[in-house]
Amino acid sequence: MRVLALALRRLAASLPTLFLILIGLFLLLQLAPGDTVDALMAQMGGGDPAMAEQLRSFYGLDAPVLIQLSRYIWRLVQLDLGFSAIYGKPVASVILERLPVTLLLMGTSLSFAFAVGMALGVLAARRVNKWPDALISTLGLIFYATPSFWFGMMGIVVFAIRLSWLPSGGFEEIGAGYTGLTRVADIAWHLVLPTATLALIFLSTYLRIMRASMLEVLTLDFVRTARAKGLSQTGVLVRHVLRNALLPGLTLIGLQAGTMLGGSVVVESVFNLPGLGRLAYESVVQRDLNTLLGIVFVSALLVILVNFIIDMLYAKLDPRISAER
Amino acid sequence: MTMTRREALLSGAGMVLAATLPQGAALAQAAPPHRGGVMTVHLGSEQRILNPALRASTGVYVITSKIIEPLVDLGTSGRPEPVLATSWAASEDGKTVTFKLREGVKWHDGKPFTSADVQYSAMEQWKVHLNYGTTLQLYLDAVETPDAHTAVFRYSRPMPLSLLLRALCDLGYIVPRHVFQGTNVLENPANTAPIGTGPYKFVEYQRGQYVIAERNPDYWREGFPYLDRIVWRFITDRSAATAALETGQVQLSAYNGLPLADIDRLKTDERFEVSTRGVEANVFNNTLEFNTRRKELSDVRVRRAIAHAVDVNFFVENFLYGLGKPATGPIPSVSTEFFPNNPVPYAFDKAASEKLLDEAGYKRGAGGIRFTLRLVPIQNGEDVPLLATFIQQSLAAVGIRVEIVQLDIAGALTNVYRDWNFDLATGWHQYRGDPAVSTTVWYRSGSPKGSPWTNQYGWQSDTVDKLIDDAATEIDPVKRKALYADFVKAVNDELPVWMLTERPFYAVTSKKVQNHHISPRWDSGDWHDTWLLPS
Repeated sequence: MRVLALALRRLAASLPTLFLILIGLFLLLQLAPGDTVDALMAQMGGGDPAMAEQLRSFYGLDAPVLIQLSRYIWRLVQLDLGFSAIYGKPVASVILERLPVTLLLMGTSLSFAFAVGMALGVLAARRVNKWPDALISTLGLIFYATPSFWFGMMGIVVFAIRLSWLPSGGFEEIGAGYTGLTRVADIAWHLVLPTATLALIFLSTYLRIMRASMLEVLTLDFVRTARAKGLSQTGVLVRHVLRNALLPGLTLIGLQAGTMLGGSVVVESVFNLPGLGRLAYESVVQRDLNTLLGIVFVSALLVILVNFIIDMLYAKLDPRISAER
Repeated sequence: MTMTRREALLSGAGMVLAATLPQGAALAQAAPPHRGGVMTVHLGSEQRILNPALRASTGVYVITSKIIEPLVDLGTSGRPEPVLATSWAASEDGKTVTFKLREGVKWHDGKPFTSADVQYSAMEQWKVHLNYGTTLQLYLDAVETPDAHTAVFRYSRPMPLSLLLRALCDLGYIVPRHVFQGTNVLENPANTAPIGTGPYKFVEYQRGQYVIAERNPDYWREGFPYLDRIVWRFITDRSAATAALETGQVQLSAYNGLPLADIDRLKTDERFEVSTRGVEANVFNNTLEFNTRRKELSDVRVRRAIAHAVDVNFFVENFLYGLGKPATGPIPSVSTEFFPNNPVPYAFDKAASEKLLDEAGYKRGAGGIRFTLRLVPIQNGEDVPLLATFIQQSLAAVGIRVEIVQLDIAGALTNVYRDWNFDLATGWHQYRGDPAVSTTVWYRSGSPKGSPWTNQYGWQSDTVDKLIDDAATEIDPVKRKALYADFVKAVNDELPVWMLTERPFYAVTSKKVQNHHISPRWDSGDWHDTWLLPS
C-alpha cells in the first residue's frame, strides 16, 4: 500500500512539470522557421502554393498559434496525443510501434553495461593498482572517450563488411516472415552490434563508479569486522561490500535512463533501427509537432517510471531507506 | 524437373524480349531470365504518401511506379512509349489530345480499368492536387470519355503534344476512380496502401522501415514480372546504406542515395555498377540565387562579377569527385530536344570580376572589403554546405565578405522563399525532361510569395515572361526549341539565378540485378522485366 501511495505521490509531483515541458516545447518549436508543410515540400522537390495551402489547412496549421496550443492541450487532457503529420496516423500508434525497439535496445544495453561494468569494477577494485586494474581502467577511459557513432561505424566495417559475421543494420530480416523463436533469434542477431555500441559508453561509467565505491566501502569498519569474524574474502565482498557499493550504480541507472534515450538517436540512425530516437530526430527535421510532443511525453513517463523502480530497489537493498519513512 | 506449359511460354517471352532490346546490356545476357527472388532497394528519405497522382517526386516513383502505371512512360527507345495508353493523337489546333486506352487491364482489386479512371485521375487529382500537375493541366477544361477505352483531353489553350507526353511520364499516373470517388482524396487510405494496375501488388508499408510489394499474377503483360517481391528499405543514414549495399542486404541505391565519397569508391568495386545510365531523364544543377531587392545585387554587373569569381571546375573536381561539369544555363546539355548548344556563360576570371565590381562603383574599402552578403544554403544534398563555403572563400578573394546562415531545410526554404530574408541562396534545381515542367517557374514572375523553388528574387523581365508563356503553348517543336534558346540567352544574360554545375544522378546497382537501367527513368519505371541472378 505504501508503495502505491509513493507511486501516486511521485506521479502527481511530476505532472505539472510534464505539462510545462510540453507547452514550452510547443512554443519553442513555433520559433523554428518553417513548418511541416515546408519540410514536406522540401522532400518532394517542389510544389505550388495552392497545394501548400491545402496541406496547411489539412494539418490544422492555418489557425493562430494560441488556438493551436489550446487545441493541443484540450486533446492532451483527454489523453489524445493527436495526429502525426509525417506518418498520417495517430501519434499514439506511431509511438507504440517504435517503443518496443527502443525499450529493447535500452534495456539490453543498460543491463549489459551495468552487469559488465559492475563485474569489471569489482575486479579492478580487488586488484587495485595492479595490472588488471590498470588495464580495465584504461579500457574504460578509451570507451568513454570514443563517440558512439564511430564505434558503430567501426563495428559495421569490421564485423559486417569485412568479416560478414553480423548484419550491418535493421531490426530484423524484412519479409523473411520468421515467427516464434526463429524471429527472436533473428532480432537478437541484429541487435548485437547496436547493443554493444550503446553499452560500451555507459559501461565505463559504471566501471569507474563501482571501482571507486568498492574501494571506499572496503575501508569501512564493518568490513574489518566481517573479516575479523573470519569470513572468506569472497564472502566479505559479496555479502557486505557489494551490496553497499551497488547504491551509487543504481542511482546512475536512474539518471542515465534519460541520457540513453538521447544516445539511442545516434545508434538507431547508424544501425537503421526503427526506434523512438530516430523518430524524434525525424519529427524535428520535418517539424512534426504532434509526434515530437508525444515522444517527449512518453519519454518523460519512461524516465519517471525507471526512477520509481530505482527508488523501490533502494528500499530493497538498503532497509534503512524505507525504515526512515 | 519437368517444365510446365506456362513456364515454357514465359521463358519464350523472355527470349523475345531479350532479342528486341537494343542496348549492349541485352547482348550480355545470353542466359534466359531467372524467375523469382526478392530485390531490396535503398531509399534515403521517406515520403509520407504512396500515390504518384498526388505527389510528383522520385522518392514516390521509386516505389509506386511498380504498383501504379502511367498512360505513357519513357521506354528503352528513350521516348514516351505506350503503357496504359496504346496510341494518341492531337488535333490541328493543339487543343484536343485523344488517347486510346489498353483493353483487358484489371486493377489489383479485380475491377476493370476504363477511361473513367483516366478522367478521374486527370480532373480530380493531377489538376487539383499534384505538384507541377496543377501548372501543367491549368488549361485542361475537361476529359471526355466517348467509350470505355477512349479519353479525350480538352484544353482551352494549345498544349504541345511532345510536352504533354514527356510530362505525363512523371505526371500521368492513373489511380482507380472506384477507390477514390466520393471520399476525401487526401485522407483516402489508398494513398498509403496503393491499388494499381502494375506488375507488382502492394503488400505492406511499415513507416520508417520498409514497403513490400509482390508479383501481380494477373498482370496484363503476359508472363511478367520476373521478381517474386520487391522490398524498399528506408535507410536515412547514408553510410549505413553503403554498408547495407556492401553486405548484400540491398541491391540498388538510386538518385545519389549514397555519400559522394562512397559512390566514387564503389566505382572500382567489381560487385557493383555505378553509373548514370537509366537515370538520364533527371539532371540537377547547383544554383546560386540572387535577391535583387538588395541594392548591390540589383546591378547585373555585380551578379556577373560573382559568377566570374567562382571556379566551378575546381569545385567539381575537388568537392564532387568529378561527378559533374560546369552548367551552360537552365537547360542542360543532356536535354537534346531543347539544349541550345550554348557555351558556359561565365568563365572563371578573377580580374574580370574585380573590374566589373569596380565599374559598378563598389571599390574595395577598409580591409579590402567591398560589401557583405548573407548566404543561405538550402541543404538538399551533402554538397550544398560545401559549395556555400567554397562561394564564401571565392568571393572573399574579390573583396565580397559572405556570412553563411545555417538553417535546416524547412528553415532555409521559409527564409528564402517566404520571408525573402537572404542576399544569396544556394541549393539544387532539378530538370525534368522539359523546361516547362519545373524549370521555367524559376524565372517566370508572378509566383505567389512562399512557393519554394520559384522566382522569389524580386527580379522580373517582361521579355522572359513572354518567352516562357509562348514556349509553353507553342505546338511546333522547332519553334518551341528556338523560343527556349532565346530564353536561355536572356536569363544567362540577366542572371537572376546562376546555374553553376550540371550533374547527373548516380545509381549504384549490384551486378546480380539484370536488365537494369535500360530506359531513361528506369529507377522510376515499372521493372516488369527486371530479374536477379540466382545466388
